[in-house]
Amino acid sequence: MAQTTKPQPVLQPAGAGVAGHATVNYLNQEKGIRSWLLTLDHKRIAILYAVTLATAFLIGGILALLVRTELLTPGATIMGPDAYNQVFTMHGILMVFAFLVPSAPAIFGNFVLPLHLGAKDVAFPRLNLASYYIYLVGAILIAIALVAGQVDTGWTFYTPYSSDPARGGSVFFLTMAVFISGFSSILTGINFIVTIHKMRAPGLTWNRLPLFVWGLYATSIVQILATPVIGITMVLLFLERAFRIGIFDPALGGDPILFQHFFWFYSHPAVYIMILPGFGIISELVATFSRQRIFGYRAIALSSVAIALLGFFVWGHHMFVSGQSAISSVLFSLISFLIGIPSGIKVFNWLATLYRGSIWFQTPMLYALSFLFLFTIGGLTGITVGVLALDVHLHDTYFVVAHFHYVMVGGMFVAILGGLHYWWPKITGRMYPETPGRIAAGLIFIGFNMTFFPQFVLGTQGMPRRYYDYLPQYQDLHVLSSIGSYVLAAGLFLILGYMLWSLFKGKPAPANPWGSATLEWTNATTPPDAHNFARTPIVTRGPYDFHLAEQVVGGDGARGDGATVSAHTPQSP
Amino acid sequence: MAPNIQGAALEAHHTAHHPPHLKHHFTSSEQQFGAAKLGMWLFLVTEILLFSGMFVAYAVYRVWHPEVFAVASEVLDPVMGGINTIVLLASSLTVALSIYSAQTDDQKATVRYLVATVALAAVFLIVKYFEYTAKFEHGVFPGASFDPHGDYARYNIPYAAQFFSIYFVMTGIHGVHVVVGMVLISIMAFRAHRGHFSSAYYTPVEVTGLYWHLVDIIWIFLFPLLYLIH
Repeated sequence: MAQTTKPQPVLQPAGAGVAGHATVNYLNQEKGIRSWLLTLDHKRIAILYAVTLATAFLIGGILALLVRTELLTPGATIMGPDAYNQVFTMHGILMVFAFLVPSAPAIFGNFVLPLHLGAKDVAFPRLNLASYYIYLVGAILIAIALVAGQVDTGWTFYTPYSSDPARGGSVFFLTMAVFISGFSSILTGINFIVTIHKMRAPGLTWNRLPLFVWGLYATSIVQILATPVIGITMVLLFLERAFRIGIFDPALGGDPILFQHFFWFYSHPAVYIMILPGFGIISELVATFSRQRIFGYRAIALSSVAIALLGFFVWGHHMFVSGQSAISSVLFSLISFLIGIPSGIKVFNWLATLYRGSIWFQTPMLYALSFLFLFTIGGLTGITVGVLALDVHLHDTYFVVAHFHYVMVGGMFVAILGGLHYWWPKITGRMYPETPGRIAAGLIFIGFNMTFFPQFVLGTQGMPRRYYDYLPQYQDLHVLSSIGSYVLAAGLFLILGYMLWSLFKGKPAPANPWGSATLEWTNATTPPDAHNFARTPIVTRGPYDFHLAEQVVGGDGARGDGATVSAHTPQSP
Repeated sequence: MAPNIQGAALEAHHTAHHPPHLKHHFTSSEQQFGAAKLGMWLFLVTEILLFSGMFVAYAVYRVWHPEVFAVASEVLDPVMGGINTIVLLASSLTVALSIYSAQTDDQKATVRYLVATVALAAVFLIVKYFEYTAKFEHGVFPGASFDPHGDYARYNIPYAAQFFSIYFVMTGIHGVHVVVGMVLISIMAFRAHRGHFSSAYYTPVEVTGLYWHLVDIIWIFLFPLLYLIH
């Protein structure tokens, strides 16, 4: 920060005495349950989301462990076939709609975006709180469906199986749940776009935005354009079941493939909603932990927008074997190849950022490096199934299951874990313990690969997905995969454990433990004040200008105003 | 720490610079107004995407069964539909005039035009009520109950049910949006009556007007596609 201030009466951070640590902050400035449940503070809303999303993830994860345990042996292991269909259906629905779609925007976007922009809050704080409660209603409806049972359609709800009112009573709850939680996604997208356009601090031009903000911007564009389509699809499915309007059910003159087109027109862009914020997080981690400016800033920024837009033109690659015309399959395949290019640009640029950087192998960086490896595999195997001749054989096999878990879990979820560890000090004021952090990162990397790499092999050998029973020749790889899932679960429970521990016993964190250069680290205390900044930052440099070291490092956030602290400035220890 | 000093500074800043409508996370009225308008425009984009799903369903079934659509469309009365079109266009005019009145500090005219908009919307719904009941009387229901009889027996042809399902779903969801608009505009009329708006602050009236214009323009597309294709 170019803004230096004269020595002023220094505000004593009481208690911890750690540079930039604020013992009075957004977590305790207002007390009582009402101040949390009715908060308009974006940081508190982020925490509300985090708790609820973690619960959804826990339930979805337990369902996954049940799936993997069932698949240890052919035939029934711990459950019957109907129960198995319901378990994997609910696993998919919870993980996609109740966890991964909201995850990064709702938690990290809500917490970090205004801080990255030098703003006091998002553009519409009340709408932000409404988004949370709308999401909560949707999540509760999904939970009701889980308990009430009878949803065994797969998370994709294909008609006419799902439109038959005689069966699957809980499909009603799920169509409502998806419709309602879609509103949460839309309102968050609107909020973020307006915030980014209208509430940047003075001097913060588009080219100085942190790449996490660009990622959120691209995500928000997809959210507002795509989500309404799943909304109307769910309404039509509901009407089909309730009033038999005859739009999807062939017995009534409807077309079941029309449902698939409608469903995937949202659900493919939805996967970009799920990954684009992760790309943004990785940019932050790679820059900070190699202490270099991002190589190709503009390419990474614009590639996010390119992915957001191109993502609307590839939905048919989920439908290559549905009977759609050959020419449309060719077009969808071609555009699917093209959309790999911006993602590839990002991976190369991140690697170039690492080159000759000062690499710091802290836990967030371990997740960023895991991401580079795992997402690359996931992305390349996506291209593989985008090849028409291959997809004919690989569609609906474990190859596809492995592909999307590599991008969603190995990619996005690993990025979430990286972001969680990176921003944990800022959010909670505590450092997580580094050694358990590294152990967990290792367990997750090993466990994840053990779980899902064998599934690529299973798929090429012909093991179909969503099958509860299988031929004995597949058992060895299934057992390996299931053991991997237990290792992965161990890593995740380890994280849960030490993160909760750190809330009470973790070292109090300084304002900028990573020496990062973005505004939440240089201009805000740890944890931040309820109003974020002591005074609005005036931005005169880029978000990764580590070469302006003394201004960056000196802006340790101690006074919450980005002031440069020098040896001659009296300050509290 | 910061809160006390911020508190005192905030107090002074408040009385000097903050008009009552300005929310604290904004730095100026212009920023707040611009943000509200951009937010509403983005929401309207989502509404267009919502309706576009239904327009695609319409297009698909019409391309597959053009002659069925042409015949079934005869059931719809273009005179009633035309009246509704003019009614909605007039309501867009009145809501625009209400915004102009707010911009020029004419409180009474603001209220009058908002009330007029609600009244015209009610006329729209009444006409729709007559249209719907005329169909129900002859057995034209959406979905499984589709059973045209009497004067409408000749519409009991394959895929006519799809046309009417799409008709009821599209006009029904549009009607829901009209009702929502009526509620919002009524609230604006009440607030205007209470003196909440002036040339310095009329943002809610403006964004409500934007929403209402969208409701109107959706109908402008619905009317010819449903009523005028034979």
